[in-house]
Amino acid sequence: MYTQGLDQAGKSDPAKPGPETPGVESREQLDAFQARIDAEEKIEAKDWMPEAYRRTLVRQISQHAHSEIIGMQPEGNWLTRAPSLKRKAILLAKVQDEAGHGLYLYSAAETLGVSRDQMVADLLSGKAKYSSIFNYPTLSWADIGAIGWLVDGAAIMNQIPLCRCSYGPYSRAMIRVCKEESFHQRQGYEIMLTLCGGTAEQKAMAQDALNRFWWPSLMMFGPNDANSTHSAQSMAWKIKRFSNDELRQKFIDVTVPQAEFLGLTVPDDELRYNEETGHYEHSDIDWQEFFDVIAGNGPCNEQRMEKRRKAQDDGAWVREAARVYAEKRAAAAAA
Amino acid sequence: MKQEWPLYEVFIRSRSGLSHRHAGSVHAADDEMALTNARDTYTRRKEGVSIWVVRSDKIVASDPKESSAFFEPAEDKIYRHPTFYEIPDEVENL
Repeated sequence: MYTQGLDQAGKSDPAKPGPETPGVESREQLDAFQARIDAEEKIEAKDWMPEAYRRTLVRQISQHAHSEIIGMQPEGNWLTRAPSLKRKAILLAKVQDEAGHGLYLYSAAETLGVSRDQMVADLLSGKAKYSSIFNYPTLSWADIGAIGWLVDGAAIMNQIPLCRCSYGPYSRAMIRVCKEESFHQRQGYEIMLTLCGGTAEQKAMAQDALNRFWWPSLMMFGPNDANSTHSAQSMAWKIKRFSNDELRQKFIDVTVPQAEFLGLTVPDDELRYNEETGHYEHSDIDWQEFFDVIAGNGPCNEQRMEKRRKAQDDGAWVREAARVYAEKRAAAAAA
Repeated sequence: MKQEWPLYEVFIRSRSGLSHRHAGSVHAADDEMALTNARDTYTRRKEGVSIWVVRSDKIVASDPKESSAFFEPAEDKIYRHPTFYEIPDEVENL
């Protein structure tokens, strides 16, 4: 899964400068760095990089990791109520993948000199953001289908270009993630297919899930290009390869026919195909809703954070016991 | 959250005949946990037949800032490559 608004810095930037913060960055250093980027060279962890590049990446990768971790909650909500053993096993595997994705990404961010504890602390204090999509509730089983199909679908759109990101560890983590993501989207679409081939009530459930997840999924690509603060710099650094609006359009173009195949209606009266451009046109996105959810006022923000904090607290004794046990055994072995 | 578990680098052999390759890293309290965490994180789809884990702080690495000087000795020795030698076209199997 994935986070949007990645290229948005908060008012207080959660990213801490790395330990090797250079005092002054000379024009020559910056030019040489940009030349490497322009030559499509990958930047590796210990290479010289501008502090702003490092900060941008720490912010983006850690927000992405947090999104994977928080993203386990809405789906985890249905683990015990999956309609069959098969669906339960599949959903469990998917939720485990999201944990794995979070871990790949945390480890990529750590190469930039930020500690895992610091990132977790920033999430728990509310300093670091995660994707707004996970602040929406999963009210019915059909939502699990809609999330796989739409949310993971939007994620794939966003993540495939990130596989070519200029920062080596991030790009490699994304390649790993993308390999696993296709299963997520296909299992979601298959849930929708099954529901749409079922009773009228089941199909209505699928339609309702599409109605609720369509707009939040479009918001996952982040604000319109004109309002996207960090895009230009991220593009120049080849962290980002396509603009928010380009990716969103691509997503709409591939997804609308998939909805039609299901016999579902995309909840947008102004949605129409433009023969000349070959693209779908859609009505404006309610950006107020997006900014409200990012600001912490979505339907489930509090619940998600509370659950994450509780998990962190409840696991504290386990982490400490394992650490102390390891220290004791190491001491005994040394003696 | 007083002290985080140490970081381990994870190397995976995807199948026999290939070398281990760096996959990423995991945190773990000890070596044994590092192996099982690496398995759960990096081989959920049978991506490996063997895993190495090593404490990240035990790895000795060359310094990218010194890399041109460090690798300089190899730079002017083009005679180490077969293309350096000119052999007439008529000579075969060489």
